[in-house]
Amino acid sequence: MIINGHGRTYQSWGRYPKVKRQNVVRIHWRGDSLDLAHINGSVLPRGLGRSYGDSCLNEDGTLLDTTPLNRFIAFDESAGLLRCEAGVTLAEILRLIVPRGWFLPTTPGTKFVTVGGAIANDVHGKNHHRAGTFGRHVTRFELLRSNGERLICSPDENADLFRATIGGLGLTGLILWAEFRVQRVAGPFIAKEQIRFSCIDEFFEISADSDERYEHTMAWVDCLATGRNLGRGLFMRGNYTRPKPIPRQTTEPRSLFTMPIQLPAFVLNLMTVRAFNSLYYHSQLPKRTFRTVPYDPFFYPLDAIHEWHRLYGAPGFLQYQFVVPYAQDRTAIKAILTEISRSGVVSFLAVLKVFGDVPSPGMLSFPRPGVTLALDFPFRGQRTLALLDRLDQIVQAHGGVVNPAKDARMSAASFQAFYPQWREFAQYIDPKFSSSFWRRVTQASHE
Amino acid sequence: MKLLIAGATSAIAHETARYFAADGAELFLVGRDPEKLAAIQHDLQVRGAKRVVSYALDLNELERHEAMISEAYEALGGLDAVLIAHGTLPDQARVQHNRAETLQEFQTNALSYISLLTILAERFEQQRRGCIAVISSVAGDRGRGSNYVYGAAKGAVSLFASGLRARLSKAGVAVVTIKPGFVDTPMTAHLKKNPLYASPARVGRRIYVAMLKGEDVVYVPWFWRYIMGIIRLIPERLFKRLPL
Ligand SMILES: Cc1cc2nc3c(=O)[nH]c(=O)nc-3n(C[C@H](O)[C@H](O)[C@H](O)COP(=O)(O)OP(=O)(O)OC[C@H]3O[C@@H](n4cnc5c(N)ncnc54)[C@H](O)[C@@H]3O)c2cc1C
Ligand SMILES: NC(=O)c1ccc[n+]([C@@H]2O[C@H](COP(=O)([O-])OP(=O)(O)OC[C@H]3O[C@@H](n4cnc5c(N)ncnc54)[C@H](OP(=O)(O)O)[C@@H]3O)[C@@H](O)[C@H]2O)c1
Repeated sequence: MIINGHGRTYQSWGRYPKVKRQNVVRIHWRGDSLDLAHINGSVLPRGLGRSYGDSCLNEDGTLLDTTPLNRFIAFDESAGLLRCEAGVTLAEILRLIVPRGWFLPTTPGTKFVTVGGAIANDVHGKNHHRAGTFGRHVTRFELLRSNGERLICSPDENADLFRATIGGLGLTGLILWAEFRVQRVAGPFIAKEQIRFSCIDEFFEISADSDERYEHTMAWVDCLATGRNLGRGLFMRGNYTRPKPIPRQTTEPRSLFTMPIQLPAFVLNLMTVRAFNSLYYHSQLPKRTFRTVPYDPFFYPLDAIHEWHRLYGAPGFLQYQFVVPYAQDRTAIKAILTEISRSGVVSFLAVLKVFGDVPSPGMLSFPRPGVTLALDFPFRGQRTLALLDRLDQIVQAHGGVVNPAKDARMSAASFQAFYPQWREFAQYIDPKFSSSFWRRVTQASHE
Repeated sequence: MKLLIAGATSAIAHETARYFAADGAELFLVGRDPEKLAAIQHDLQVRGAKRVVSYALDLNELERHEAMISEAYEALGGLDAVLIAHGTLPDQARVQHNRAETLQEFQTNALSYISLLTILAERFEQQRRGCIAVISSVAGDRGRGSNYVYGAAKGAVSLFASGLRARLSKAGVAVVTIKPGFVDTPMTAHLKKNPLYASPARVGRRIYVAMLKGEDVVYVPWFWRYIMGIIRLIPERLFKRLPL
């Protein structure tokens, strides 16, 4: 273990809120005797910082940077089990397993996340209706606690700590390594169908028709469309395939573009976003298109632009993701879309998906059966915060919850109403561990 | 490819080894910490190495070098390439007042290299093919007040390798001198980072390419060649007064 002194900044992906004081300790070897108890203040594990909100921040405390823990341990191809250190990225895993005919059990919309981060946020992907969350596929991991204990956690061993750590936002200890299932796939390409839908009701029809036959489904929604067009967008669905003949470009694209500078905040305004959304919606002329595409642009379109969050300028942005139960979904989604388009606060990207009923394994896991919508809002001060508070109320009124792993602003009262199990969860928190997020959402509790 | 790596637990060496492993190489890993060696060995096995053998040895035990190299030849049935990578970065302000520590740093960073190279030179000269790569440093290009114990040892390695290259080129053996600038590894974990720091992955990839091609002197990243070119031109009369 080596102490700090880095010029790098450790902010969140949304870059709101901004951290001013934070120490960093890098973890180089999983076998090192790590004396966490002697670090001043609280500690929090850190992966690649792809969390949008403050669950990956620890203001006035210490981050345990796990990225040097990037070694594989074993790949049992007969059982489809991969074991690796917690800082290994999904990108590295894909580079290893895809040429051998395997794929991740599920993946978020970026491959630049660590295994530790994927477990601690119990991430979900476009195949949630089939595979459930990432945590579903984790068979065991080793957890280091600040008292020096190293615990193997699995559904059979230290089962409570296993459940608390999956989706546990890094608060229960440091995951040193993990073992999880990977899946055999037909090929590293996706036979993709894209369907234009003109309103939210049509989305639900297509979605209901797709979940049986497609491994991956999701939709992009134009949040600025109103009235008859409310909830119009593009639906994407697809299955793994191996085209014949195999196109030349089978792996990830070589040269990635890096957003060179931070754009001034005014570039993203109601007019430009409305124009972009409208263009994007109309860019597809036929009702349906079919294409076979490599997995990379299908799952990770945004990874092609490194540092794309700079698009939002210095103030940063907020991601807001909620899920509402399926039975009531249409009214809830409509109410929220109406509220957003009325507010005039622009959301650039909005992703809509129906979650399936595969249970999430984590005590605090966010995904559950229902409809989920994820929105990116440029941060415009009080106006943005007030809108999101109103959305919290609508979500709550419809029996939904907001994703804490992407949150940077919800009130303690909202969090505790969404996750009444937080008190049970709190028993498993390592007393030395804390985060900016956790202090924010538990401060106002009446204990 | 049959490859011996001395100092295989180094972050830079590990990144280099990953590329060879992905090609299905056979690797003989030498390091002083068996637990770290095992972590590296497993990683390289998963990544596709055909065979990985670990050998625990403190490379300052010079008298055991001969046996270790014999063992490597035996275990892999020959050697095509060697990478010597181990090293320590001393705290100059402390060691400069301590003769024993200064000599110890020379033992680790220079003499152990010279010992290994001397044995390997005989073998490679005879087999008349292959590649021997050493990790030196830009710090070896000029003695700086803030880091001359380390710098002088690395300078000795660079000079020794340069001469050895001339000798072995006649036998068709490549000697590759790697001169990294600042690299973000455990060795520099306690230092404040600046934009000149390179990732070990980038440096590892460059070493892999240089070894395959049998290049001579490689600065990583490339711009250090020019930085050091300028630094070497500064007259001593001026250089001694610079806060470097
Ligand atoms: C473009 C983009 C698309 C995304 N799409 C999705 C999506 O589709 N679905 C989804 O669910 N998420 C999505 N996300 C969010 C992202 O997948 C998660 O935030 C992920 O957990 C980030 O991983 P990380 O390695 O960057 O971890 P960090 O952000 O650094 O940390 C995340 C959490 O994990 C904890 N943690 C990290 N390592 C460890 C460890 N070793 N032990 C214990 N705790 C640890 C941290 O303390 C923190 O609480 C997306 C993010 C981006 C930027
Ligand atoms: N990082 C830089 O900025 C930089 C710049 C220029 C050159 N270099 C050179 O690059 C090489 C690799 O260093 P690195 O940056 O990858 O640092 P590193 O990860 O700290 O690697 C150094 C390795 O050398 C091993 N070692 C030290 N003394 C040894 C001995 N007597 N016997 C066996 N192994 C020994 C260490 O083993 P333990 O882990 O067991 O201690 C460690 O694994 C070194 O030669 C270094 O001088 C580094």
